[in-house]
Amino acid sequence: MSDTPKPGGQDYEARLKTSATTLAEFDHAPRGVIGTIQHVLHANPTFVPVIVLVASIAVFGVIAGERFFSPFNLSLILQQVSIIGILAAAQTLIILTAGIDLSVAAIMVLMSVISGKLAVQFGVPAPIALLVSFAGGIAAGYLNGWLVTKIKLPPFIATLGTWNVFFALVLWLSGAQSIRGADIDATAPLLKFFGNTIQIGDARLTFGTILMILVFVALWYVLNKTAWGRHVYMIGDDKEAAELAGIRTDRTLRQVYMLAGFICALAAWASIGRVGSISPQSFYEGNLESITAVVIGGISLFGGRGSIMGALFGALIVGVFQSGLRLAGVDVLWQVFAIGWLIIIAVAIDQWIRKVSA
Amino acid sequence: MSEPLLKARGLVKRYGRVTALDHADFDLMPGEILAVIGDNGAGKSSLIKAISGATVPDEGTITLEGREVSYTSPLQAREAGIECVYQTLALSPALSITDNMFCGRELRKPGIMGKWFGLLDQKAMEKFAREKLSDLGLMTIQNINQAVETLSGGQRQGVAVARAAAFGSKVIILDEPTAALGVKESRKVLDLIQDVRSRGTPVVLISHNMPHVFEVADRIHIHRLGRRLCVVDPKAISMSDAVALMTGAMKPEEVVAA
Repeated sequence: MSDTPKPGGQDYEARLKTSATTLAEFDHAPRGVIGTIQHVLHANPTFVPVIVLVASIAVFGVIAGERFFSPFNLSLILQQVSIIGILAAAQTLIILTAGIDLSVAAIMVLMSVISGKLAVQFGVPAPIALLVSFAGGIAAGYLNGWLVTKIKLPPFIATLGTWNVFFALVLWLSGAQSIRGADIDATAPLLKFFGNTIQIGDARLTFGTILMILVFVALWYVLNKTAWGRHVYMIGDDKEAAELAGIRTDRTLRQVYMLAGFICALAAWASIGRVGSISPQSFYEGNLESITAVVIGGISLFGGRGSIMGALFGALIVGVFQSGLRLAGVDVLWQVFAIGWLIIIAVAIDQWIRKVSA
Repeated sequence: MSEPLLKARGLVKRYGRVTALDHADFDLMPGEILAVIGDNGAGKSSLIKAISGATVPDEGTITLEGREVSYTSPLQAREAGIECVYQTLALSPALSITDNMFCGRELRKPGIMGKWFGLLDQKAMEKFAREKLSDLGLMTIQNINQAVETLSGGQRQGVAVARAAAFGSKVIILDEPTAALGVKESRKVLDLIQDVRSRGTPVVLISHNMPHVFEVADRIHIHRLGRRLCVVDPKAISMSDAVALMTGAMKPEEVVAA
């Protein structure tokens, strides 16, 4: 082909025939303890929340003693984080695409009010009421996705708007009235399905906790083992590059928002079981709590980086802190104080790890 | 002369008050290597973007194999068989080499898991990616699963070129493929370009490297001020005349046209 160098051309390339053909190998200079830790964490970013979770369980175990470690308390933590955990799963999807969803909790409360209204007050069969709420969650997600991809609004603004819209709808539909637990039990006990528990010794696992874990496992599979999941990461990493490389980015983005909306509707069902009634005022801070869990879980707010399991650990860390500090007799305001520092430290550690290149 | 495989007539693209393409024509013959050269801002990249579907031209027609086509996305162009390596490379830095190579056309596992649950065949994709990179001589990549952001500029370019060459079917467009490469990788890319042509696939090569252009090109399309100035035969013109043409120091009438 080009074995004979062209006149006046590139005869220096003749030497290339004898160039090395083996894979490159290098001696690694010793890095020291801190450097090694940094590299291990860089290769496995989910280690950070796992380490923080284990460390905080150990610390609170020492401070609060037996009561903290009791199976009852540990299962209670799982129960308490289950709703925020499911919301954090939905939030993770959005944040992986370099967006943010301020409306997750508002979608959830709206869907719980819709299913409760239909089933308890209008006598619609509970399964149909639930299906309507799932469809509503998907539609709400589609609205967010449409605003982001078609109207080209920044996700922060789009979902700030829909958060208020959905919250107003909640107040209008419910008339600011709660639907009492006794009424749900009488007409549509299916709505409280996820409040059921499995008793294992002293530990009580609610169905809601199991749902949370199933949601995380399913999303882990979708994000890591399917083409669609890889596309979600690519879009978050560099949307323009993904577009040029042949991914229908806007369509995928809308699907992401719709899936997040559906997960919020699942959380709505689970929340009825968890709270025992349907209150329009509940979970008002759920949006920010879900973002907190995602950030503590080491998922980058700039998109494309982090594992869905990080959000689960992030939610658990928050739960462990709240439970541990309460058992240690610390005032609620210091729990909030601690969570605030946790967020800051989590992101700071994240920045430190990213400084290494593989 | 036979009919061009890919033909464009009267392409116009304006960005606000800037005219990037001013009634540009373009012809790619079957089985040739066509180099596109031109000064900075001459509209080479705009021309390539219009042909590869990355932008929609305001006016003009594009014909592929005698049929008029109009793409609204690179995906459509790619499905029609036009594969492009952009100057920006269009790679996702945080993802692995394998993920990037299969972006948008991942392989699924055979059987139920692949069909119904979309399970990816990671092993087959890694093997394929490793083979393609070895073909390109990118032996300094140690781990096929390392993130693209950990590669050097030249290695990234190699991954992008390998991606286009691995799947390209009718036309391969390379925008400055050797600009960031070392001597050895440049040679591999040039060999690859000739290899692709010998298999019958025409290649469009955009480059500022005149020795590379003159070595591999069958014809040279000189772009100036948003339109095709002329097409020349590299065997009938000197490098300095080509540069004179593309910078406006010489008129096409003064040289023998191809």
